[in-house]
Amino acid sequence: MDGVLHQVFSGIASGGIYASIALALVMIFTATHHVNFAQGEMAMFSTYIALTLIEAGVPYWGAFVITIVFAMVVGTIVQKILMEPLMNAPVLASVGVFIGLLFIFNSVAGWIFTYTLKPFPTPFGEGGPLLGGFFSRHELGSTAITVVVLFSVWAFFRFTSLGLAMRAAAFNPVSSRLVGVPVATMLALGWGLASGIGAIAGMMVAPIVFLDPNMMGGVLLYAFAGALLGGITNPLGAVLGGFLVGIIENLGGAYIVGTELKLSLALIIIVAVLTLKPAGLFGKVLASRV
Amino acid sequence: MQPETKLLEVKGLRAGYGETWAVHGIDFEVMAGRVTALLGANGAGKTTTLRAISGMVKTAGTVDFNGKSLVGMKTEAIAAAGIAHVPDGRGTFMELSVEENMKLGAYTRKGDQTAEFDRMFAYFPKLKERFRQQAGLLSGGEQQMLAIARALLLKPKLLLLDEPSFGLAPLIVREIFDIMRQIKDREGVGILVVEQNASLALDISENAYLLETGRIVMSGASSEIAKDEGLRRSYLGY
Repeated sequence: MDGVLHQVFSGIASGGIYASIALALVMIFTATHHVNFAQGEMAMFSTYIALTLIEAGVPYWGAFVITIVFAMVVGTIVQKILMEPLMNAPVLASVGVFIGLLFIFNSVAGWIFTYTLKPFPTPFGEGGPLLGGFFSRHELGSTAITVVVLFSVWAFFRFTSLGLAMRAAAFNPVSSRLVGVPVATMLALGWGLASGIGAIAGMMVAPIVFLDPNMMGGVLLYAFAGALLGGITNPLGAVLGGFLVGIIENLGGAYIVGTELKLSLALIIIVAVLTLKPAGLFGKVLASRV
Repeated sequence: MQPETKLLEVKGLRAGYGETWAVHGIDFEVMAGRVTALLGANGAGKTTTLRAISGMVKTAGTVDFNGKSLVGMKTEAIAAAGIAHVPDGRGTFMELSVEENMKLGAYTRKGDQTAEFDRMFAYFPKLKERFRQQAGLLSGGEQQMLAIARALLLKPKLLLLDEPSFGLAPLIVREIFDIMRQIKDREGVGILVVEQNASLALDISENAYLLETGRIVMSGASSEIAKDEGLRRSYLGY
């Protein structure tokens, strides 16, 4: 029984990371109706910036904040330069750009930082397990951080007028312009925010999986599975889906398929959701009038 | 408010999409505090004209608002300059609540909007009942009321209304036009209303322009146009 509980708690810890990336995916999806395949690679690249800063002697939390700001700026620039001209382009053009971005970030990271695995520090200390041995210090700390981040993002969108304007710009750009919302700026800010959330997830997962340019490949798949499971049209659903996938991954990996085949669980979830319940558990069934 | 002030002056306006023009050089004006109607059949270019004023389509010619040219300005800047546009299809933020729709209407306004919201509830008590509900669940008439409230919360000098009667039951249409009459008397805004329902539009407006395939074929005082039986039969169909 203790083993099961341990796997569940570990699942919650990695689920928090999937939930963060899933939320970033949903934010971009709501605005563009596309999945940003480069979300994970952008997060990985930001994590390298954090490592570079830490190695240069910047204290962890200083590097943490600078990295988030860097990621937000990069996200905003990517939207302004690459996505804005594609606003009315066909689907495949955007998908092409997302995949191109994935390879660019991956290769540039490999070129600058090499493909060797690098250890990434945890700010929570290496000490013994907590809470009856079910949580490692890093798992507990990173779960706390992700929960705080997810809650802050929710509060930002729910209670601030900037958050409301960003939601409006994503849902209905035409009406938003007519009430005076600068839609292009809002979309760029959305990209910045998504990229910032991704960077936090990257810095939280790196101490567990080690940092290398392919670090986020698996994470992105789990996050995508989480977003689909919860419903890619529903941010809260995607977050819950992310946590669920984390738990499923850990339990399944420990007791059913073994660690080698864990990633296939993500693919099974993706296929199962798309065939059985395409809207996800909490998503809206989209209907359009013709 | 001086009723004789020209609020909007349009000269040689051409507007269209992609390679083609839908409006071929039209002149009209909207006086401050008055209602001007733009009439015409489907495809006459009424909606395109409104979109041109709001900078949503390809535009050439002169569009002066309070003496300032709007051509080339971004839609959001035109809104911030004081032009509220209720688009065709009402432009409701379906996923958001009535409250959030109204907050977005007041996006360009600073400070507490409680008094402004109450003023809107006086016109549209339904919105108060539905305040917390999702706007997409409102009936067509309620969505039209929400759209007008959203536009008025911008505190516009000019209100553009695109077919406020579209798709609504006659009783609801009458209710909405009654409220528009009150708004006209109390708010002091210039209103440019596009309508297929010519009798309603002529009834509420002081001046009217008749559009046919992108050109103005007739203009004048609404009361005169309404009296001209031949014109009514041939162009307005009632």
